[in-house]
Amino acid sequence: MTGHHLAQLNVGTLKFPLDDVRADGFTAMLDTLNEVADHAPGFIWRLVDDDGTDATAIRTSLGDDVLVNMSVWESRDALWDYVYRSGHLDVLRRRAEWFVPPKAPFQVMWWIPAGHIPTVEEAVERLELLRDKGSTPCAFGFKDSFQPADAASAPWRPAAGTVRT
Amino acid sequence: MEDIEAIALLQDPIRRRLYDYVAAQDHEVSRNEAAESAGIQRTLAAFHLDKLVDAGLLETASRRLSGRTGPGAGRPAKLYRRSGAERQFSVPPRDYRTPADLLAEVAEAARLDTEVHAAARREGRAAGAAAPVDGLDAAKALLTARGYEPRLDGDQEAMRLANCPFHVLSERHPVLVCGMNLALLEGLLEGAQGLRARMDPRPGMCCVVVEISKNNVS
Repeated sequence: MTGHHLAQLNVGTLKFPLDDVRADGFTAMLDTLNEVADHAPGFIWRLVDDDGTDATAIRTSLGDDVLVNMSVWESRDALWDYVYRSGHLDVLRRRAEWFVPPKAPFQVMWWIPAGHIPTVEEAVERLELLRDKGSTPCAFGFKDSFQPADAASAPWRPAAGTVRT
Repeated sequence: MEDIEAIALLQDPIRRRLYDYVAAQDHEVSRNEAAESAGIQRTLAAFHLDKLVDAGLLETASRRLSGRTGPGAGRPAKLYRRSGAERQFSVPPRDYRTPADLLAEVAEAARLDTEVHAAARREGRAAGAAAPVDGLDAAKALLTARGYEPRLDGDQEAMRLANCPFHVLSERHPVLVCGMNLALLEGLLEGAQGLRARMDPRPGMCCVVVEISKNNVS
């Protein structure tokens, strides 16, 4: 096992309730997308709710209409290939049909020690850190190239604890 | 080596043939295979192939072609593939990438996905109307002229596009640029019977595949 994995959170505000017929195009693709993710090279873990299939029922301090999607990957490239070089890209292409245009960063990633799974509360803290301070080794985006070692010397620590699996 | 010097190397007809051959293959090419394709001796092919490597136009990999390993398996063969490096030269000097990147960044931040995709579809449709695509060969020629390097699937049910003409931009702004690319191709092929552009991204290739329905295309 290598020393570090990459965790990511992305959030979106749906234009319609999840069971609205206008969200059908999105909900119809969820199972396929999650299955592609589960079998993607470099996939480690993704957040699921009590139903155990996806994270659509999980709500955070970001609001009742905000969907969250959180996962852990072996590397930045493994995550990139899933997000932009799989069937997932077609869903992103059509995001304007289902999601409100975001006014702040909606995706954050950060390095974690391999074998640890962060909580969704910590993930939200990281997103808020990115929104507040911009890219740092503790919370960044695809356009940044921070390495795990960069975060080790950073003073910021999440208030929410990290859960060992 | 400067871009103009690297590009000028391709003026030599043998080097050009070797380069075009290697670039068009979906596998790494041995010296023997390249020599055969250009109709020249292996040593001459090796000389020119290595010149193309020095210029950064091709890159090499080593592998034992026999599949054997260990002592006695023989020296690994030198294999060639096109390099990912981009070479550009313009007289007078022009730079369209910087503004393209800036505009894409702003359009993405403003979530103008829908508007950009609609503009690309109009652009494709207009070009398609000016030069209608009738049949598979015409579609292949059009996609080749636009730099997509189309390759027919073994079962002839689809054309895969081996090159992304917008590569750097599509890596920096995938949602905006790949969506734009699909809309452009949809527009271009709108009048082409039996051909349909669909998004099917795979690492290392263009994000679009052109599906062929056999009943409708000649």
